[in-house]
Amino acid sequence: MIRYLLPLAFFIGLVVLFIFGLRNDPRKIPSPLIDKPAPVFNLPTLHAPEITIHLKDLKGKVSLINVWASWCAACRTEHPLLVDAVAKDKNLNLHLYGLNYKDKRADALQWLNQLGNPYIESAFDESGSIGIDYGVYGVPETFILDKDGIIRYKHIGPIDKQQLDTIILPLVKKLEAQQR
Amino acid sequence: MIPELGHFALIMALVMAITQSIFPLIGAANGNQAWMALAKPVARLQFLFVSIALAILSYSFLTNDFSVAYVAHNSNSLLPAIYRFSAVWGSHEGSLLLWVFILSLWTIAVTFFSRGLPNYFLARVIAVMGLVSVGFLLFMLFTSNPFDRLFPTPADGGDLNPLLQDFGLIIHPPMLYMGYVGFSVAFAFAIAALLGGKLDVSWAKWSRPWTTLAWMFLTLGIALGSWWAYYELGWGGWWFWDPVENASFMPWLIGTALIHSLAATEKRDVFKNWTILLAICAFALSLLGTFLVRSGVLTSVHAFATDPERGVFILILLSFFVGGSLLLYAIRAPSTKSGGQFKLFSRETFLLFNSVLLLVVMSTVLLGTLYPLIVDALGKGKLSVGAPYFNAVFIPLMTPVAVLIGIGAIVRWKQDDASRVWQQLRLLLFASIFIGVTAGFMFYEVHLFRTIAGIIAASWVTLTSLAAFKARLTNKKNKLAALQIIPRSFYGMTLAHIGFAFCIIGITITSQHSVDLHERMAIGDSVEFAGYKFVLDKMHVVSGENYQATEAVVNVFKNKRQITTLRSQKRIYAVRNMPMTEAGIDSGLMRDLYISLGEPLDDKAWSFRLYHKPFVRWIWLGAIFMSIGGMLAATDRRYRLKVLKHKTTLSDKLATST
Repeated sequence: MIRYLLPLAFFIGLVVLFIFGLRNDPRKIPSPLIDKPAPVFNLPTLHAPEITIHLKDLKGKVSLINVWASWCAACRTEHPLLVDAVAKDKNLNLHLYGLNYKDKRADALQWLNQLGNPYIESAFDESGSIGIDYGVYGVPETFILDKDGIIRYKHIGPIDKQQLDTIILPLVKKLEAQQR
Repeated sequence: MIPELGHFALIMALVMAITQSIFPLIGAANGNQAWMALAKPVARLQFLFVSIALAILSYSFLTNDFSVAYVAHNSNSLLPAIYRFSAVWGSHEGSLLLWVFILSLWTIAVTFFSRGLPNYFLARVIAVMGLVSVGFLLFMLFTSNPFDRLFPTPADGGDLNPLLQDFGLIIHPPMLYMGYVGFSVAFAFAIAALLGGKLDVSWAKWSRPWTTLAWMFLTLGIALGSWWAYYELGWGGWWFWDPVENASFMPWLIGTALIHSLAATEKRDVFKNWTILLAICAFALSLLGTFLVRSGVLTSVHAFATDPERGVFILILLSFFVGGSLLLYAIRAPSTKSGGQFKLFSRETFLLFNSVLLLVVMSTVLLGTLYPLIVDALGKGKLSVGAPYFNAVFIPLMTPVAVLIGIGAIVRWKQDDASRVWQQLRLLLFASIFIGVTAGFMFYEVHLFRTIAGIIAASWVTLTSLAAFKARLTNKKNKLAALQIIPRSFYGMTLAHIGFAFCIIGITITSQHSVDLHERMAIGDSVEFAGYKFVLDKMHVVSGENYQATEAVVNVFKNKRQITTLRSQKRIYAVRNMPMTEAGIDSGLMRDLYISLGEPLDDKAWSFRLYHKPFVRWIWLGAIFMSIGGMLAATDRRYRLKVLKHKTTLSDKLATST
């Protein structure tokens, strides 16, 4: 009898997993890095390997770091929104940087070429070591840094239109208004 | 008013579905003939009401009735009529309606073509299908009513996602659903057999053609989806291991195991419990696919509509059907007696191996698909599992499948002599290795190991299939007559296996030897690539009914002779302001030339992506062979005879009654 119950037991395990998946909104996990200075990085840029980009290049203005990769399906859903947001950003308030994570250069360039490039610059983190410093465990992720380079917000998973309009953009605006 | 009629038709369909499931079930349990007899007419009425609902939704789309929320969200007055029609299943609510419609289509097919079945059995089959329908109709009426109105009525609609405005997407979902939902028939037969407590050979015989037919549709549906992604997403890929693709691929793997296991059960009276389990599993995976796509537990490029509330509902449905049937299995299976005896070295063993392997392959795909969810549950965050994992586990696991196909085709049922088989296979094995090594070294320079392995596997499957075919002709004087005696299902099997070999060739060579080039081109520029010369002839603006496009016209030369002109477009769809790339493709049996237009780089030049994809067509060609094979097997003479016989008895009855 027991062995005939095994399929059922396995299935119940799956259902428990699904219940968890439905109840848990993974985008709400706080990051221990919030309100801490962003980890320093110095990486080659995606478009030109000989040029590097350093964390201090981002300071002085509110910036967004979007972790992305050409192999990530969820990035594909998020990407048009970013392209659109940057295109609509008439006042140039949105300083969006990419952290191209564990990717191949050619694939990543092709991806931007196909889908549009919303980033001022993408840092090329081939080994994923900077990703580890930032506690990236899923792609895409988005960090908001204030003018002093302090991480103020972290978003896990693809951003949707509503989150962009109600959380991300207002926060950028608020941080922008703060004096250094 | 008309949309309300559609809503009403759905409610009526629900009433019919409830009647269809309750009365025949009780009737079959008590031997009440009248209650059992309700099954057929009520199932047909349900079909009628669901058809009315679908027709009304289509009508709302065609007449641009934007007071219906679903129409307003997924259509637009500029949308060409054909896409307005396919927009019916372009999003969540409508695709559910299509699901239920196809379920009722299969149900009435069962009512018409199962006259050979005993009353109580047929009643149970139809009742189980009715129960599935109840679940989905409730889901639709409570959480996703396609006829909900929108106040105030918008002046125009939000348009169909441009990705879905394509011929492939008109037929891909119905095909896929025919396959998915078709497994509900195999499921219903399995449950009916478990309920009756009598698992015998006839059950396998009855459910075989239905299962094969569903499998055929699923094969076609998956191939269509892959073809669509290839030319529409504009980056030359044909399979992405996306959760939604996996959701359709997992039932296919189990369905493949199921049709083979059913063959063994019918012919040799073995593996009955295993086959039942596979039948439940195939349908469970179809439901799981629906759950994964619709609930938003996994993020994917395909996730059109996601809503956790709907997720809970589907999860309840999933738990009820799968949990219930596995419980029934646990109660009934222990008392099943296995009939046929077989030795270790026999076709039965190899079929069992193969279906276990396919189950393992499915489990690895399932693991990869759910892994993000598992990691999430452990509190480690969200991640995506990409193609590297799937390719790493899938290819090594499918290789033994190919090896076993070859042996299984030659080994006899019940018991065989290993040395006899080895004698027969020896030559074929050497021939396959010879073909693989020769072709590999002759035509290719890189990735030789994988290429040769792929060609060997494909040659092996083909040669052994042909050898098994030839064995049917040996010792026959009149070869032509012998060809006619071979059952159609055997032709089907041979063709399907050769189709599988085609897929192996296509997948191996395309993935190992495709090349691509990223190039900046201005008008008049030319580039040499993969033995061809591409010349950018002109760029111009073209407008479609609902989009504006920049089109690049590229002439392709080989040996100074022009062989084709490729046109690739960058479209901007007016309503959603969404850019889309239309690739220019020159397809051929041996290679595709594929070009996609990128971004403008400066005033004159554009970026282009060129691809040379050898043998990519073979992937879909193989799938077409497999489905034709399935079609041949499902329409084998012995199944048709049964129907024919009953047709004559029916017309006899009519003749005597008049």
